[in-house]
Amino acid sequence: MNRSASNDTPISACDLLVVGAGPAGLAAATQAASQGIDTVLIDEQPAPGGQIYRAVNATPLRDRRILGEDYWHGLALLEPFARSGARHVAGAMVWAMNRLEEEGGFEVAYTADGQTRLLHTRHVILATGAQERPFPIPGWTLPGVITAGAAQILLKTAGVVPSGPTVLAGGGPLLYLLAWQYLNAGVRIDAILETTPPGRWRQALPHAWGFLRSAYLAKGLKLLRAVRAGVPIVSGVTAIEALGEEGALQQVRYSAQGRSHTVPAEQLLLHQGVVPNSNLSRAIGAEHAWSERQDCWEPVVDAWGASSVSGVTIAGDGAGIAGAMAAEHRGRLAALHAAMSLGKIDKARRDDEVRPHQRALARASRGREFFETLYRAPDTFRRPTGDTIVCRCEEVTAAQVRETARLGCQGPNQMKSFLRCGMGPCQGRFCGLTVTELIADEQGRHPRDVGYYRIRFPIKPVTLGEFATLPQTDASRDAVIRIRK
Amino acid sequence: MFRRLDAAATELSARTVRVTVDGAVLACREGDSLAAALFAGGSNACRDTAVSGSPRGPFCMMGVCYDCLVTIDGRANQQACMTPVREGMVVGRQSGAREVAA
Repeated sequence: MNRSASNDTPISACDLLVVGAGPAGLAAATQAASQGIDTVLIDEQPAPGGQIYRAVNATPLRDRRILGEDYWHGLALLEPFARSGARHVAGAMVWAMNRLEEEGGFEVAYTADGQTRLLHTRHVILATGAQERPFPIPGWTLPGVITAGAAQILLKTAGVVPSGPTVLAGGGPLLYLLAWQYLNAGVRIDAILETTPPGRWRQALPHAWGFLRSAYLAKGLKLLRAVRAGVPIVSGVTAIEALGEEGALQQVRYSAQGRSHTVPAEQLLLHQGVVPNSNLSRAIGAEHAWSERQDCWEPVVDAWGASSVSGVTIAGDGAGIAGAMAAEHRGRLAALHAAMSLGKIDKARRDDEVRPHQRALARASRGREFFETLYRAPDTFRRPTGDTIVCRCEEVTAAQVRETARLGCQGPNQMKSFLRCGMGPCQGRFCGLTVTELIADEQGRHPRDVGYYRIRFPIKPVTLGEFATLPQTDASRDAVIRIRK
Repeated sequence: MFRRLDAAATELSARTVRVTVDGAVLACREGDSLAAALFAGGSNACRDTAVSGSPRGPFCMMGVCYDCLVTIDGRANQQACMTPVREGMVVGRQSGAREVAA
């Protein structure tokens, strides 16, 4: 941070904090700073770009054909951001955010390199993006089984790719994009196990008009054609199991067209779409609603991204999955709205400046319904049974969660007391959706009525040592000193 | 197993960072996360879980799953996927739950 306050004054200040440096966060911070707003962007990664443009300025893969032009578009966001005047705090994790009752705004705690700092901000834009949807299958905790997103991060950041028998499994655009990038890089893929049910194309057809007019069509067809030519694709897969001994994946067993097959595999790369990364928006108290189309929770936001918590706007996939191009336009909308909330521009100017971004957002959002319908994660892969692990951290199985739900467990929070699921270091990120759906399944309830874990600060594990580096203020000293001499 | 593409292998030889993993020297490319370097070095697993002692390795590579926890320079429970490699870093596999010192 250029104007770091860590040495002299213990708490730094800004008008707008943006959390997350993916397309939404970069666009929001750039737009806000250009509006004259004192803006700080905090991000966990060492370099900006988020997961979609991870390492776009540092990847070892400089042959642009490998990762494709959509990836390199990320550079177009970095340069304006660097010139914008927004302060970038890299490699820092935001773990608490509390409203300042007297002066308004929020006090934000974040940690970088073991040092914790406080920041006061008047407005917050959350751009925390997406994470892989939990894809609980038997054996998904075996080393060698990773998410397709993880495999793509390895490719982008380090040029690290599978060698030896490799299987991709699941559904969704990212699975095919990864396969295409692997083929471009000369990486062999032994099979793609496609879990999209055969009837889905028919269901998706009513939404085809938007898709036909979208940029996805031409790109998608080119990509699919290349992948189909280069990789054996098994369609209509209804069950997948990762098998291994001594802690290593050795085989993948799957069912398709009513028959079971076993293939050797050292890597299994799983993908069942992405879901909003909502721990921060939940912890700050924003209202969330169940999305029927995407089978996940989304924060409730208006057209500007404003959440139910005043002073908190949410942009990009963290406000509901719509993809990287939509994310950057949503970031600009959120920034213009924040500028108005902060009194930098009036409503007329906001409404005037936003128009091109609204049009761009509408264009970028075309075709999403088609994808959502086509690639909706099948029930069998969202609602596991038997010994399949649901909570990876506490090693709680689907059978345990289902049995506890049958005993009358009232919801995900009580489930924590019974089984500890959701209480490990990932704080429910890889089991929360599954637990909600399993309780719904067993009790014949709707997921929206079952609810979700109560997420509290700190939203990621923080050590006592890191707490201890919090800046000391008179107020914090008074809070713990009971008797004055 | 995972491997480095040629472009990454070239950078590895030009900009090498050496860390030790359970006593063995691992050559890493400067800029790699520790998790990426471990994959490239041939290990898919980096710890045994606290609950059952089963082996686990990095899963999400973006700091949300906490399956890549290792001991770095004596500090336990560090996320390998969120830690860039640094010359001289001492990395240890994490085995089971921590024991309370007597």
